[in-house]
Formats: sequence, structure tokens, C-alpha cells
Amino acid sequence: MDAVLAVRARGITKCFGDVVALDGVDLDVTRGQIHGLVGPNGAGKTTLLGLMLGLAVADGGALEILGVPVGRALSAVDGVAGFVDGPGLYPSMTARRNLAALASLRGRDARTAGIEEVLCEVGLRDVADDRVRGFSLGMRQRLGLAAALLTRPRLLVLDEPSNGLDPSGTRHVHRVLNRLAADGTSVVLSSHRMDDVEALCSEVTILATGRVVFSGPLTELAAGNSDLDYRLRTSDPEAARRLAAMTDGVRVVADGGTRYGDEVLVVRASVPALDRLVSGVVRSDIAVRELAPVVSPLEAAFLALTEQQERQDQREEHEHRAQRERQEAGR
Amino acid sequence: MTAPPTADHAAPARPVPVPRGYRFELVKLVSQWRIRLLVLACWIVPAVFVVGVSAQSTLPSDTLFGRWMHATGWAGPLVVLGFAGTWALPLLTSVVAGDVFAAEDRLGTWRHLLVVVRSARRIFVAKTLASLTVILLLVAGLACSSTVGGLLAVGDQPLVGLDGHLLAPSDAAVRVLLAWVAVLAPTLALAGIGLLGSVTLGRSPMGLLLPAVVALAMQLAQMLPLPLVVRLALPGYAFIAWNGLFTSPEQVGPLLIGVAVSLAWAVTATVLAHVLFLRRDFTDAGYDGSGRRAVAAGLLPLVGLVAVSAAVIAPATGVSGSGIEQDKVQRSLATAFAHLYRMQTEQLHRPHVTEAQLRATAACDKGSDKVAVQGPGNDWRCVVSWHLPGVEATGTAVYQLDVTSDGRFVADGDGPKEVNGYFLVRTPTGDAPNPLWQFDGNVELLPTSKG
Repeated sequence: MDAVLAVRARGITKCFGDVVALDGVDLDVTRGQIHGLVGPNGAGKTTLLGLMLGLAVADGGALEILGVPVGRALSAVDGVAGFVDGPGLYPSMTARRNLAALASLRGRDARTAGIEEVLCEVGLRDVADDRVRGFSLGMRQRLGLAAALLTRPRLLVLDEPSNGLDPSGTRHVHRVLNRLAADGTSVVLSSHRMDDVEALCSEVTILATGRVVFSGPLTELAAGNSDLDYRLRTSDPEAARRLAAMTDGVRVVADGGTRYGDEVLVVRASVPALDRLVSGVVRSDIAVRELAPVVSPLEAAFLALTEQQERQDQREEHEHRAQRERQEAGR
Repeated sequence: MTAPPTADHAAPARPVPVPRGYRFELVKLVSQWRIRLLVLACWIVPAVFVVGVSAQSTLPSDTLFGRWMHATGWAGPLVVLGFAGTWALPLLTSVVAGDVFAAEDRLGTWRHLLVVVRSARRIFVAKTLASLTVILLLVAGLACSSTVGGLLAVGDQPLVGLDGHLLAPSDAAVRVLLAWVAVLAPTLALAGIGLLGSVTLGRSPMGLLLPAVVALAMQLAQMLPLPLVVRLALPGYAFIAWNGLFTSPEQVGPLLIGVAVSLAWAVTATVLAHVLFLRRDFTDAGYDGSGRRAVAAGLLPLVGLVAVSAAVIAPATGVSGSGIEQDKVQRSLATAFAHLYRMQTEQLHRPHVTEAQLRATAACDKGSDKVAVQGPGNDWRCVVSWHLPGVEATGTAVYQLDVTSDGRFVADGDGPKEVNGYFLVRTPTGDAPNPLWQFDGNVELLPTSKG
């Protein structure tokens, strides 16, 4: 199937002095999809988003945004909007004035720029005439999103857009991003909230210490993962426990009851083994009231992959140090 | 599998034009309460101050033209100008220009601004123009408000110049306007320093305070007995050089030099700020400026500018020492005395006499015999002599002079009582202030024109 890439990065490197922020990063973001960028602090997510927004220039590699090769000079591509390190808003102005000023900065008439529509879309219409100074972090995030929407972007780059959002705000933001993706806009967002990434993104890239440790569909990440812990609530916990103990590939986690109460059984299993357990439970006429992973597949994969990368980095560093010591000893 | 990307009508984004960026920056500045309050204060407070002071019996005689605030409305804006040059303008430029870049650091909005405007160069130009606009609005407010206050409270009467001669109201109006225009140059220099501090020092409070600190340092330098050429090479000199507009003939030399030096500072500081701004790494969200860079790229070039200015001014003007010499002091005092004597004569309804008929001269000495008769100090003692038509005897009056290093002096009459020894004179219509009792004067520091 042919698809147009909104972002195509090959071998991107970026250093700040001695610190390697990005180390040979490859990334493909398909048009009309929401792409999640996850990774521990200092993994290089914000740096990568900054490159897409034209805030910095890569030291090496090739980057194409909306089909336009990004050169060595600081420049952004038309049709790209978003924010990194929080939205840029001016606290002395009202929400509406912030958006109006931005609209006129882009040469548009504030009356016809669609300010009311975007405020409505992010759920801030009621506070449109309040000064941003009094806004919560979540409200600022939503206003930042509204500001980005004013430009009718084809690539929206958002750094931690879910920070500080309450459930209602989260729903607004999710609705907006899904609507944009449905209209063909590509969205790249970074987040530490795995539930957000799972709910929104069709594809995900995991970064660790400036390197890509996984990039692809979320389903692939979940399938590729091994045993996970699942929370199983049934009508007969004791019978379910016995069945679990007898099912191949399923292990009962000892402290599950302590954490979730006696009615809940925590088992560790692969997806096929879990399927066998559920079939057995149902055949035994036991009602399944809840079945959910204790840690989401993405979070589990994220932890496993990043820890693996960190271990590898530590191993490499250790080897380097040992080699240096051997060389010094040989002199 | 994905296909190679297509351009899809995308192109490198064009930067926002400067006029739009300028308007955006202006909106941001005006939306701040402190800027609104400053604008309001600059357009209202001077008028209230001038009206209030003019209604009092005690006048601010230690301020230039302060002693004439009862006599003419044109003294008010000059008193405010003297105060503004010392305090108000450095503080105003600090608040506006010293914060215009640092505010984005404080709010963490640089990245956002760069994404929207897409040109650091245009952001710099827009911010600079917007802050200068606000500063000009504030200066215009100070000038207009104080003038309106003076004219409403006292009226449109002639103004006594710094050499005692009377300036017609229209002439006074033009000179007051020129004086305010002249201080725009050092104000721009401080604004340039403010921009430089704001760019170089980021969120550090020193960035905000820099113009005020520099202005204070300049004032201290002007008070010290430094060689005149050094004081002329500092941008703060133009804050006091407008005094020369109120003598006849005008002492424009120091004013032109002061304005030129100030403009050179304004341009140099702004260019340095521009260069440093373009070199800045905006990916560092916690930027707090660099002290080493501030010294190397900010301070040293400006110190170099002072040296270059002094090296140019010294041979061009031929000036050496303090510029305050015995014959200049004598000439200035005699000229002012003659003009004011004529004024006193008219007050007392005595026979008309001209300055030429008076042939006033002054003989001045300074301190003891061990001290050279030159330079600033409050130990000048002068005897003024004059002649009246048809009177053989020569009149004499004694004055103590306090001459400051900028050439300004206050002459304090020491008698005789009928001439200059008492602050009032008895006129046919009642007691009136004695113009010869205490008066301000100005010694021309450059050897270019005769007073």
C-alpha cells in the first residue's frame, strides 16, 4: 500500500557539546496518523520534535518534513505547527487575545481566523476572555493546541500535550487529535502517559539515550512482548486460582491478592496462555468480571526495551573503561 | 510498505514580515500592566508635579530652571527634563528595553515565537522597534504633560536663559522642544544598552537593571573631576548638554558631540545585541545568560567605543583639562549679570539701560593662592563691575560661585544688599524676587564660541 510520509528521518544525529542527544535516528511518520514518541527523560524526544519544528538543525543525517528536505539552516516547513516544552502563551493577555495576536501575526483577520471554533474545540470558550495568567497547566496545554489549530497544520508536533490535563481536558484533546488525523493531518506527540499513547497512537517510536529501540505499530509492540501480568476478577476466585495453577504457561503472582484484594487474581502469562486460561474459566461456569493487564503492553515493552538499552549502554561503557585501563596498564 | 514522500505543496515557511511582528510585539508590551501604568504615569504625573510645584512658595532652585517656575510655564518641562535625565529615563528604558528579550526567557516562549515568526533576525527587529516605540511614547508623555502643566499653571511668559537673557515664549517653546529631542539620543543609547543586557543576560535581573546601572555610573563619572574629553565621550553627557540651548549664542558644540556619542552608543549596543541574539542557542530552555560572554561581547566593545570617542574628540575640539577656566567663568558671569541687571532695572522702573552700556566685567579667584584658578568647585569668588550711563563711579557686586564639572554654576550674591545681597527687591508694585540674588549660569566648556 502506498502512503505519503509526513516525516522521514534517516540517521539523524544531534549533539550538544559532548552530549549526544540523537544518535542515528530513523523515523517514518505516515500521513494522517498519530505517531507517539516515548522514552525516558533525556532520551532525545524534545530534541527530535525541535528538529521537526525547525528550532534546531541536525548535525548529521537527512530529514524530510512534508516532503521538503530540511537544510542545514534553521528553518521550518510550511504547514508544521506545534510546541515543545509547553505552549508559548502570554499571561498578560486573555486566551482570545493570545489567539487573535497569533492570527494577525500570520496575516489573518482575527475575526475570520476561526478563533471561536478552535476555542470551542478545545473546550475553552467559557474562559476565552480570562487572562492566561490564571490558567491551570491543563488549560494552557489546550490553549496551546488551539493556537496550533489556528494554522490548519498538516503536521502537528506536540511535546507532552497531556501534561496537567483532567479527564475532561484529556477527552477534548483526544477528540481534537483524532479529528485532525481523520482529516489527514499527521500528529507526532511525545508523552510519558502510556494510556494516552495507547488510546491515540497507531504507531509508536521508543527512544532511549538518543537511539531508536522500537518503531512501528502498537500491535506489533504488544505481540512481540512476552509474558505480562494480568488482573483477573471472577465470580469464584478460588476455583479460578486452581485453574490458573493447572494451565500451562500461566503463573499465579503470589502478592496479587495483597495488592488488589482476595477477589482478584494476578497471573503472569503470554497472550496464548491467557486465552487458554480464560477458556478454561468460562468452561468451568465461572463468570469473568474483569480482565486487564496490570501494566499496559506498551508500558511493559517500554520498560523492557529501555532497561535493555540502558543495560547495553552500561555494558559498552564498562567495556570502554576496561579497554582504556588495559591500554594504560600496557604503557 | 511506504512510498517515498512527495512534496504535497509544502515549502520552506516564509518568515513573518517585520510590520506584523512589530505589531505583535507592541500588543504584548501594551498588554502588560506595568507598561500601561508607566504610560499613564508619564502622561499625567509631570503635569500634576509642575502644577503642584508652581503653586508652592518654595521652588526647586537646586534644579536647573527650578527658580523660574513661578515666572513662566516653560520652566516646568525643563525641570522635569533635568529630573528625567537623572532618574526617569534610565528607569523607563530599563523597564521597557531591558526586559523585552528577557521576558520571553522568563515566560519560556522563545521556541514558540521562533516557530511562529520563523526568523530570529525579524524577531530582533520587531522587538527593538516595539520597545523604542513605547520608550518614545513615554518620553513624549513626559514632555507634553510637563509643558501643558506649566502653561496651565503659570502661563506662556518669557523664559530667562542660562546667561540671563530673556527668551520670547515662541523661542522658549522651540528650545524646550529641541532640548527634549536632544535627550532622545542618550535615551536611545540607554535603550541599546537595555537591549544588549536583555539579550546577553537572559532571565538574570542584571539584564533588567543594566540601563539604570549604566546611567548611574555615567552620572557619577560626570560628577567626578574627570578630563572633559572623557566626559564628552560618555553617552550620559547629552542628558545635560541641552543646557547650551538656553544661552546666547547657543553652546551647541557639546550638545552635538553628546548627541553623536549617544547615537554611536545606541547603534553599537544594538548591533552587538543583534549579533549575540543571532548566535544564541534557543534549544536551551533554561538560558540565564553568560557573564563571560556579556563582558567579552558586550562590555569590552563599549569600553573600546569610549576610548575611540575620546581619541576623536580630543584633537577635533582641542579641549584639555576640565574646560572650566578663569576667563570663561568671568565672561559667563559678567554676561549673565548684565542681562539680569537689566531685568532688575526694569523691575524697579529705573531708566532703561542696555548690556553694552553696562560694560559688565567679572574678576574671579578660586580658593587660596595654592589652588589653580580653574576647574569645578564651590570656592569660586567673583567681583562683578559695571557702569551706568552718566555715572562716573563703577558699581561692584560680590558673588560666590559653585561651579560643577558640567559647566553649570550657581551664583550666590554676597552684596551689596541693594543689588544682590537680598532675595527680594522692593518694586513700585510690592516686593518681588531679586533676579541678581541667586542665579544659574553655564560656562561653555569647549573653546569654540564666545559667550
